[in-house]
Amino acid sequence: MTEQVIRYPAQSEPAVFTQDELGWLPWLEPLPESALTDRHRDGLVDPARAKSPYFMLLVRDPEVLGARTRTDKDIFYNTRNGLPRADREVAAAATSRVNGCIFCASVHARFATVHSKRREEVQTLLDEGISGVADPRWAAIARASEALTETPSGFGTRDIQALAGAGLSDLEIIDVINGAAFFNWANRLMLSLGQPEEPVAA
Amino acid sequence: MTIDVIDRPLTRDGGAVNVTAHWPADWIDHLAGIEPGSPLAALRAERPEARRNAQLSAEALFLPAEETVFSRAERAAVALFVAGLHRQAAVFAFYRDLLVSQPGGLELEATVIAEGRRGLTEGPYGAYPDGPLRVENRSGPLYRVDPAQADVLGPRLTAALTHAHLLVFHPRDASALHLQALLDAGWDTTGIVTLSQLVAFLTFQIRVVSGLTALKYSLPGV
Repeated sequence: MTEQVIRYPAQSEPAVFTQDELGWLPWLEPLPESALTDRHRDGLVDPARAKSPYFMLLVRDPEVLGARTRTDKDIFYNTRNGLPRADREVAAAATSRVNGCIFCASVHARFATVHSKRREEVQTLLDEGISGVADPRWAAIARASEALTETPSGFGTRDIQALAGAGLSDLEIIDVINGAAFFNWANRLMLSLGQPEEPVAA
Repeated sequence: MTIDVIDRPLTRDGGAVNVTAHWPADWIDHLAGIEPGSPLAALRAERPEARRNAQLSAEALFLPAEETVFSRAERAAVALFVAGLHRQAAVFAFYRDLLVSQPGGLELEATVIAEGRRGLTEGPYGAYPDGPLRVENRSGPLYRVDPAQADVLGPRLTAALTHAHLLVFHPRDASALHLQALLDAGWDTTGIVTLSQLVAFLTFQIRVVSGLTALKYSLPGV
């Protein structure tokens, strides 16, 4: 028998970019927690992710999820000699803004605000898009992320010179490349395996 | 395990060749032309877990330890299609080699390349939900596999290439109906997860390669 996707006909989807906490509803059945084996737990990396429908769906291929999660953590958390966390979150939020992933943009805009304390500037990125970013360093990061997100890639010497001109070292430029490239991976999973959900009204 | 051995080329004395041995140790270094000991290699070494796990992701997707319903030939065919859509020559050549080295891959090669060419466009495009973002809607082509090629590809790959084109160029148009089309074409839930990871991973790997290649040529001494 053919499997059926899960539909949410009554669910309204968020229609604007926001820093609010959104939910996410899967279109395919996540693995039930009772079915987790050691192989799955290794793929989840972080045991708390067993509560997330997104990761419990991805854990159906645990080797890929495990390698992906470890790639993600080093790209975003390993700041040794490199780009500060806030700037990486700007690359992630900018990429999500360009691809149109309202859910991913909400998470990483929020992280950018937490790490930078510059909520209004982050909101401008969400409201106006890449061209709305005024701060020269963030503008270079957002523009480079946008160029790298285009297919085929529009990223080149001009972007690298702009990043270097904004004060980024070679390793920091690699951090931008990794962050924007990784969110092309993340956006496509979030956008195509389920839908964002409005926060429950308080 | 048995299937794994049958799938691999045999040496003259009948022993199985380790397929991974045919491929570079680090695909991103290989694709971006990063030499061991170069300044760019030293910079990549500053993010060792990202480098190692990007490679492990590629191996889990393209050289899985256990053969699943989503065969290695199908995986390589989708990869060659996605690489073609990105117009990245080194990546295209690499996944072409990967496809023709798989059983049945040679028979798919010409069709997958032709379909990749038919699917060429520029992204990202797509529509937003009703609301103020509608002014940012960007239209683009709705790709369908050439019906004349559907026999060569079969229903599973036909559906997979259609889905891959959506994910590469207009991911914000993705809906539950697109997953239903995959299910109807014979994909199961786990297979769809792996297929989605594979296409999405490639959009990462190809961008890292593009970025590092640009860096290599932009910064003298790097």
